[in-house]
Amino acid sequence: MATIAHEIPQVAPQEVNYLNVEHGWKSWLLTTDHKRIAMLYLFSITAMFFVGGAMAVLFRINLLQPEGIFSPETYNRLFSMHGIVMVFLFLVPSIPATLANFLIPIMIGAKDLAFPRINLLSWYLYIGGAALTLYAIFRGGVDTGWTFYAPYSSTYSNSYVLAAAMGIFVAGFSSILTGLNFIVTVHKMRAPGMTWGRLPLFVWSNYATGLIQVLGTPVLAITMLLLAFERIAHVGIFDPNIGGDPILFQHLFWFYSHPAVYIMILPGMGVISEIVSCFSRKRIFGYNFVAFSSMAIAVLSFVVWGHHMFLTGESMYTSVAFSFLSFMVAVPSAIKVFNWTATMYKGSISFDTPMLYVFGFIGLFTIGGLTGLHLATLGTDVATHGTYFIVAHFHYVMVGGMVMAFLGGLHFWWPKMTGRLYPEGWSKFSALIIFIGFNLTFFPQFILGYLGMPRRYQSYPPEFQTLNVLSTSGASILGVGYLIPMIYFVWSWKYGPKAGKNPWGAAGLEWQIQSPPTTFNFDETPTVKEEAYNYGKLEEILG
Amino acid sequence: MADAVMPVAHEAISPEEEVYLKHHFATPGQQMDADTLGMWTFLITEVLFFGGMFASYAVYRNMYYGAFASTSRYMDVTLGAANTAVLICSSLTMAMSVRAAQLSKRAELIRYLILTMIFGAVFLGVKAFEYHSKYVEHLIPGLGFQYEQFPQYEHNAQILFFLYFAMTGMHAIHMIVGLGLLAWLVWGAYRNKFNSLYFSPVEMIGLYWHFVDIVWIFLFPLLYLIGDR
Repeated sequence: MATIAHEIPQVAPQEVNYLNVEHGWKSWLLTTDHKRIAMLYLFSITAMFFVGGAMAVLFRINLLQPEGIFSPETYNRLFSMHGIVMVFLFLVPSIPATLANFLIPIMIGAKDLAFPRINLLSWYLYIGGAALTLYAIFRGGVDTGWTFYAPYSSTYSNSYVLAAAMGIFVAGFSSILTGLNFIVTVHKMRAPGMTWGRLPLFVWSNYATGLIQVLGTPVLAITMLLLAFERIAHVGIFDPNIGGDPILFQHLFWFYSHPAVYIMILPGMGVISEIVSCFSRKRIFGYNFVAFSSMAIAVLSFVVWGHHMFLTGESMYTSVAFSFLSFMVAVPSAIKVFNWTATMYKGSISFDTPMLYVFGFIGLFTIGGLTGLHLATLGTDVATHGTYFIVAHFHYVMVGGMVMAFLGGLHFWWPKMTGRLYPEGWSKFSALIIFIGFNLTFFPQFILGYLGMPRRYQSYPPEFQTLNVLSTSGASILGVGYLIPMIYFVWSWKYGPKAGKNPWGAAGLEWQIQSPPTTFNFDETPTVKEEAYNYGKLEEILG
Repeated sequence: MADAVMPVAHEAISPEEEVYLKHHFATPGQQMDADTLGMWTFLITEVLFFGGMFASYAVYRNMYYGAFASTSRYMDVTLGAANTAVLICSSLTMAMSVRAAQLSKRAELIRYLILTMIFGAVFLGVKAFEYHSKYVEHLIPGLGFQYEQFPQYEHNAQILFFLYFAMTGMHAIHMIVGLGLLAWLVWGAYRNKFNSLYFSPVEMIGLYWHFVDIVWIFLFPLLYLIGDR
């Protein structure tokens, strides 16, 4: 027997994992595996990212010339659809529905999220919402801006408001269900020994995000429903003809949409905490502060919405209170930035691609955050309200922050998700291109806004042309930067070298199982004995 | 935040319990805990969903108190109060169904569930009757609204009537969903799905049903009892 065994060539049996355990479209569309659902989400939101990006390309081309190229009506639809698609169909689900969906159960030592079927339902709701929004786009789009202010949206706008509003309504429930699933999973599914004090910071930040999703999104849902009803039946509570108050719409809208800004940054902060610790080979500095600052942001995010309405009819005293509270919310964000910096201090830093995105994030988020303070200040907000200064500010946070963190996280966990490595040179090159392109696109917009160029206009005075051309050229560089990872990720999925279970020498629970993981993640439920950042000890073992 | 981490699977799980345990949970207790927290979290989202309308109500009631008070003359307090009583009774029978499921009393469970459905249907019937009389009296905004008794409030009173239909309508939709869920429970109970080892769907739908009742408990005074009659 022994001799025969020797003669048979030793072919390593292909490991069974969540990707190859089943085949066929049915095994994907009916899956309840959180990892497969995360992949479904990843494909869907990437598609929507390029839809939203296409709109941006078109209106940036329009702004090459002071008199514009498209008609003002077309331009209004382009920037509105860009905002709606990017906010509701890309940024809100970006990290929670993909990376967190994939990683939270693994990071806490569970087999799946608490409600796997609800997880799948949330993806179908997302697809439904996206389909309605795409329908609105193909019929000609919406021209209200992503904020849908009444009574323009409810009465006067001659565009496909109803389809887009219902798209957001439906996609909102997908967001609610994701958040609900995370909250219950973190509370009830942790492995023995995985105490709250040992929870990875990525899980903490997504838990905080889940709270915002659960508490904020229903208010947007009812607001969109009332708006839709008003548009269909021509009667409703925002209609000024019967004494309705359009400001109330803004209050209800921003009660969700300001906390939503933190849905669009908190998960990114979680990604940064994981990566910065791994590539500094150091325990994260001030674990408790980083964890609780996520919770503080979640709480404070609900009491700052009025700073969107300093100039739209809010009382002076309300504005003063909201201004003060908006300054407060900067504190926990700053705590995080200081702690990341302190983590790097005297660490042995390596410059792998995920870490490059961390550097990008910290710098750009700091600029985005500090300019936020300009806008929270009552006096300066009067000058910069409704200008390109605001556009630049929130793109520094959302694109410079969240998209950088999303790409960083994708590069960090890609070997875990697919079992493959990507080309290191190309990925570093594209990180650099994205950083340069981003700054070239949006820094000129700070200056344009400071000089007084209003946002949402199709044409502008000729003296603003140089800065606008700079911005458009930056946007084309940025677009190339986003295409490169698309290409090498697709290549790597099929041809990338095998990654092994822990290519970064990282400490978290997710790096101790095979890549890609099996359907139930762990052969037996692990017992956790220490937190995920014990790099001091890891260094001793690895030498 | 209690430190309730996943229980280790060494607690003996009987084969009967094993039947009801989903693959990703370690123990039936953990499964039940997750269901309960999930349902309560969902109910919190419902509070905020209705909260948008309650907030609008509060704003406009403060702005247009006179107009809001004048509408009380058109609300049928007797029917509203009777409906409140009907709903409270349905909550009682719902609680009895949960108890019956916990004690594995199948016949009793089916009986109480059907009773709950009957109460729910009565409530919706009365509500439909009230809607009809509002239609006859031209009190539906957008459908030939007339407010001749208080011409000075003709505009602002429409806001209250809009909110009346939006809030009670949204409540009625939740009742209809609840009736569907109850019918599903009856079907499950008929096929002997629930017993003392597995009653989570009955209890969770029970929580939902109580929540819908509580919404009405707030709606009734806020919409029917604003001003003098």
